[in-house]
Order: sequence, then structure tokens, then C-alpha cells
Amino acid sequence: MQTEMIKRAKELLADGTVKRVAGWRSGDFQYELSPSIFTDAEDLEKNFQYSELAASNMSKYMIKESRKEGKVLIFLKPCDTYSFQQLLNEHRILRENVMIIGVACDGNLDIVAAKKRFGEGLLSLKSEGDTITATTIYGEELTAPRQELLLERCVNCKSKKHVVFDELIGEEGVEVETTHRFDKVDELDAMSEDQRFGFWQNELSRCIRCNACRDICPACSCENCVFDNPESGFSNKGAAVQMDNDMFHIIRAFHVAGRCTDCGECSRVCPEHIPLHLLNRKFIKDYDGLYGEFQAGSGEQETHPLTKFNMEDLNPTEALNRGDEE
Amino acid sequence: MLSITEAKLYEAFAQLKKNGEAVYLPVDNTSGEADFAEWKEGTAISKQLKTVRSAKDFFFPQTENLMKFKVHGKKINVIDTREELSDFVIFGARACDVASFKLLDRAFIEEKPVDTYYENRREHGIVVSIACSKPAASCFCTVYDIDPTHPNADVDGYRVDDTFYLEAKTAKGEKLLKQIEPMMSESDDQCVKDQIATTEKILKNLPFANLDMSRFNGDNMMDIFNDPKWNSISETCLGCGACTFVCPTCQCYDIKELDTGDGIERFRCWDSCMYKDFTQMAAANPRPSQKERFRQRFMHKLVYYPKNYNVYGCVGCGRCVDKCPTHLHIVNVIKTLGEEGK
Amino acid sequence: MPVTETKAFEPKIVAFCCNWCSYAGADLAGSNRSEYPSNIKIVRVPCSCRVNPMFILKAFQRGADGVIICGCHPGDCHYSTGNYFTRRRMALLFSMLNYLGVEKGRTRVEWVSASEGGRFSETMNDFASTIEKLGPNHRLEDLRCKQK
Repeated sequence: MQTEMIKRAKELLADGTVKRVAGWRSGDFQYELSPSIFTDAEDLEKNFQYSELAASNMSKYMIKESRKEGKVLIFLKPCDTYSFQQLLNEHRILRENVMIIGVACDGNLDIVAAKKRFGEGLLSLKSEGDTITATTIYGEELTAPRQELLLERCVNCKSKKHVVFDELIGEEGVEVETTHRFDKVDELDAMSEDQRFGFWQNELSRCIRCNACRDICPACSCENCVFDNPESGFSNKGAAVQMDNDMFHIIRAFHVAGRCTDCGECSRVCPEHIPLHLLNRKFIKDYDGLYGEFQAGSGEQETHPLTKFNMEDLNPTEALNRGDEE
Repeated sequence: MLSITEAKLYEAFAQLKKNGEAVYLPVDNTSGEADFAEWKEGTAISKQLKTVRSAKDFFFPQTENLMKFKVHGKKINVIDTREELSDFVIFGARACDVASFKLLDRAFIEEKPVDTYYENRREHGIVVSIACSKPAASCFCTVYDIDPTHPNADVDGYRVDDTFYLEAKTAKGEKLLKQIEPMMSESDDQCVKDQIATTEKILKNLPFANLDMSRFNGDNMMDIFNDPKWNSISETCLGCGACTFVCPTCQCYDIKELDTGDGIERFRCWDSCMYKDFTQMAAANPRPSQKERFRQRFMHKLVYYPKNYNVYGCVGCGRCVDKCPTHLHIVNVIKTLGEEGK
Repeated sequence: MPVTETKAFEPKIVAFCCNWCSYAGADLAGSNRSEYPSNIKIVRVPCSCRVNPMFILKAFQRGADGVIICGCHPGDCHYSTGNYFTRRRMALLFSMLNYLGVEKGRTRVEWVSASEGGRFSETMNDFASTIEKLGPNHRLEDLRCKQK
């Protein structure tokens, strides 16, 4: 697929349809691909890569790129297209300046899990069918089942269908019928308040307030973020007390609620591996249950559950207590 | 060399704790990564090579109260919040962490006026290092003449299986070892020498062992500054602070105030030059786009530092290599903007 | 473990009341001399949907033990549809707070009309006693704001 993608990108550059190509560049390690903007064919040929290691979702860069001169070509995996569509729904991207080629995806590898499995000396990762082979600086060649080294969002993939595209490369897929996306959320919901508090304090106390989650999130695209505003009383840095961290995450999850497409990038980039997607999925589970199933970015939607209402909506206390045996 | 088994090590920590000296060591957390935490009964030392956050936290914490203000009518009371610290031990710092302390000392202590908050902590901190035996693929401290097998802390430690071999390097270190003498025993250190020899072989073959730093010096400053490659390399930088906050040598901070409802607390907190609002002034940010911010961070570490102090501002720990969400770390910059990229 | 305190725990409660219905209701409670606890601080807002989730978190940070939002009955909003949005927003927010371990009873939304003076004081009394039973808020607290 990589060869086909490079070929098509070079064609489009050569005939002037596009001026730039957004894709993945090979990095210092075989398993690290950087999101990158390519402008010439030679660079593409030498450095463009697409594989199971191309985990970055490049939709967010299109906010700026679509406003530059000339069209930009972007390759999007199925989950990436949801983010792109959501940004279109919010009128952030100028659609006419972006050409989308949807590419098939069979799941991305989780580098963190791979390093945990194969050690810090990891040099390369390669899939062969159901097995991953890894090489290390210690001269080892190790293997593991591929299923165990996929990103969480890929294990619980919700759709292999591209919701927005101009062309397709690779086999088009369908939406997944039943996923286990909400299993962990259900598990947490079943715990007692004390247990949940313990779980989240353990997770959120590791937050270093680096803002990687906010900056990579396609739904977090405000030009002037509330956390960058010193007057708001909520800072983008300085975790002085635990509540600072809690507030940051609650507010951010709330701000993207209804617009989060569950792309999983936040959890992937967190340096402390906090399962942030569990916060977003809780909102999704709640509004799915209360107001009808809704998937952000799945189509041309102008509204989402928090910008609509129904006369029959439950009052908050009733909503909170639904499902209780009492 | 003096040696101590892991079990006895925890006894030693308990003794130190009893003497009023807290001990901090790398501990595994539920995500599988290690972070420094205070030792208490039952805590086990992590076997991981690197902690997510570096050890600079102990001397330059992420947030630190500077002072408090209380208003009474027309008077303002300024309250000094500096606490009387007792000695504490950092057990398990790596050579890169130890080297970073020297760089931080330069900024906080050697340049006048002295930062008394930092100096206070530094005086009370006793650093026990553990030499690296299984470097990571992302490590490149040797490029900066740092020897991971000879960290040069207050006490240098070596871990061979479940035994730790400790060697005092400074007066502070000797004082520490004296306190835990009963738990240690004199041992033959051949296994340590063997470990050092094996590690040195691995170091030569690390992927970044031969990074070419030759272009990065003060003489080439304007040349590198004006290099057009900064445009393309910084294009997809998110401007998050992940690299800054895991870096052992990054030292910028912001000063903020909190109205507690009963007074004002002035505190300082880590800041990142990658942030949009870094050193923001009334007119705007002096570095208007991500390219300028990205360029400045690496110019600072790789060019301004050697120009001003004859030493690089990076210790090659590789944390930014591991943690950057888009893999645009310092090694990438060195290769692209250095001799290799020309 | 219960701790003997020199004085009983007096909860700090913040009540966001919409100007047109619930604030008027509070006024009526006052004129009727129906009692409700004095440690309830009322913040008047034009409509219950003015309440930003950040206000609620700020209230807890500043020392509140409970936060209640009072608005017009659904269908009676002075701005026609404001309280419908409040309903959805607060349902999701309270659920998220509970998900993080904050006790369910610490937050509430109640619909009180301008003529329901008695109901207003009843609601406040009930909420205050709920918070009293839950005890001081430790899960969303900022100790810096609790020093004296």
C-alpha cells in the first residue's frame, strides 16, 4: 500500500493538483513515524512511510494547512476520517483545499506496550501474519502475538469505514457491529465511589500537565484555550495540588464531550500512560444511554447531544440514579 | 567495595527514615513506568532504566511556593514560606540525572543572585546513583562525555542481580554510608568490573553513539539560526510541553499567584518555551510561531549553551526521544541540522 | 472513624439560582420567614444554563461542600429553552464527577418557581442535611483555599 500511496502522491504533486502532502515520515527508529508535511517527490520517495506504525492522526494539522496557498493531500485512516469530518462540521477546515485519500488500516502497534514486552533496547518491530518480531540492541530477536501489541483503540476498533474521502487505497471496510469499547467504563461504573476515587487518583496523580493530550486532540482546537487564559483561574501548567489536575481533565473532557470521536490519540501520547480515553468514553456512554446513540464525526452533523434537547430528558438526579437498584 | 543486599537496603532506608532522612527511589507505578516516590515500608525499587520524570524535581520541584501575602486593612504581610529542610536521599539516579544537576547548578547557584530555594534543597539532598547496565536504544549520554558506568554522584552504586555495591565519592556520601554501615559488608567487586566492561561494549553500539555534534558551537550560531530546515522540521510540532517536562535540564519557570480567598499565594511552576504563552508580553509572544519556539529550544541547548558555558545543555538521557508525541526530538534535530544534514 | 469535633460540621453550600424563578422563590421564602440554613451562599444568574461546569468546580475548589443549581421548571424557562440545556449539561457533568469518585449527593439540580417560597426553603434544608451527612468535601478540595 505504501508504494501505491507514494505513487499517487507524486502524481498529484507533479500535475499541480496539490502543493503539499501530509503523511508519515520515517524517524530515527524504524518504529517511529513522525507526522510530516512533504513538498517534493524525492523526499516522498525516500522518507514517506505507511505501515501499522503510522498511528498519528493528522486531521488537526489541516486546520492550518487548508488555509495555506494551494491544496494539500492527506492520507487518512478510518478513525482519522471521523476527526476530519467533525472538524468539517465545526467549519474549521476549508474542505475545498484538502484532498483526502482514505487508506485501509489493520490496526496500529502500541510502541509503549512493545517496549514493555521487549525492553528498552528495542530497535525494530515487524508483523508477519499474527506474530510480531522485534530486534534489540542486545542482538535479540523476540516475538509476541500481534493482538497483544495493538493500541487499545485498535483492539476496540469501532469502524474500518472512511466517512469522508476523495479516493481510496486498499480495501474499504465497514463499521464494527459490536465493540468492547465500553467494557472498562462499565467495570468502573460497577465499582463503589471509593474504589473509583482510588482508581482515578492513582491515574491522575501521575499527570505532569504537559498538555500533550490537549495539543494532539482534534476536538481541542480553540485558538485561545481556556487553560492558556491566565484570567480563567485554570492553568495550563503547574500542578500545585491534585485538584488542579482533576479539574484540568474534567474540564477538558467536558469541553470535547459530544465532539470527541474517540480516536484514542490522547491516551497514546500521554507520557505517563494515563487512560484518558476512559473519561471521554464515559461521556459517550452516558449520552448514548440518555439521549440516543451518537457518534461524533460520523456524518454531516451540525449538532451533538449537548447542543440539543428533548422535552422528555431526565432530570439530572434521575439520570444519575437510573440503573440503581434502590 | 561495600555491598548491601536488597533486603538489607530496605532496612537501611528504614534506619535513615528513623534518623529523619527521607529516602526517594524509583518505584514502578500501575502503568508499568517508574517514577520517583518516597520510600516507606513495603516499597520496592524499580528495575526500570529511566523514570518518566527526571530527578530534577527534588531540587527544582514542579510547583513551589515562593511566598504568601495576607492583607490586614491597609497592611500587607509578606510571609516567607521557605521551610526548614532536613537531609534527604535520592537513591537510584542515573548518570544523566547526576550530570543534569551540574547544569542546573550553573543556572540556579553559580549565576548571581543565588536561587535560595534551589540552593536550600541542593544542600540537603544526597544523591546515590546507580550505574546503568542495560542502556536503552534511545540513550546517548556518551555523546556528551557522560559515562553511565561512572556517574560521580555523592555515592556511586552498582546493581548486580539483587545486590548493590556502593562507593562514596564525596564527604556527603561518606557520611551517608556511615549511617548504614551495619547493613553493609565488604565484598569483592569483580562482578562490578565485569558489568562495567559489558556495558561499555553495549555503549559503543548504541544507535546514537556517534551523533555528530561538530556543527553545534557558538561560531556557527547565525548559520544554524538561519538554516531553512527549521521550517520543515518544526511544522508538526504540537507545542505541548512533554519534552520540557521530562527533560532533566530544562529549567524555565513561570511565577503565578493564587487568590485563596484569604490571602495570596505566590508560587512558581515549570514552564515550557514550547507553549504559546511563554514569556507572553503585552504586545504578544516574542516568538510568534511554533517554528521560532521550536528553534529556540534547541538553539538554547545545542548552541547558546556551548557558546556561553562551553558545555552542551543536553545530557543525552533520551527521555524526549521516548516521550515526544510526534517524534520530533533532539536527536532528530541534531541529525537534520548538524553535519549529517548538510 | 468519627472524629469528635468541638463544633458540629457546618457545610458550606453554594446555590446558583436563576434570576426569574428560583431567586424570586428564595426572595419569597425570605418574606414568608421560612427558615433555611444561613451557610448557603446564593449566586444569582440570569438563567440556570448560565452555570458553566467550571463554576461548579471552582466552588468546590474554594471550599464548598455541596453545589446546587436552581432553575425554572422545564417548560417555564424565562428564556424558553435554557433549562433544557441545563438538564443535559448537568446530567453529564454530575455523572462524570461521580465517575471520578465524588459522592452523588454533593451536586443537585432542583426546579423552583417564583411562587414556591416554601419549596425553596424545603429544598435548601434537605440539601444541607444531605451534605451534613456526607461530611466535608475532601475529594475535590484545594487545601490552599482552606488555610486560615
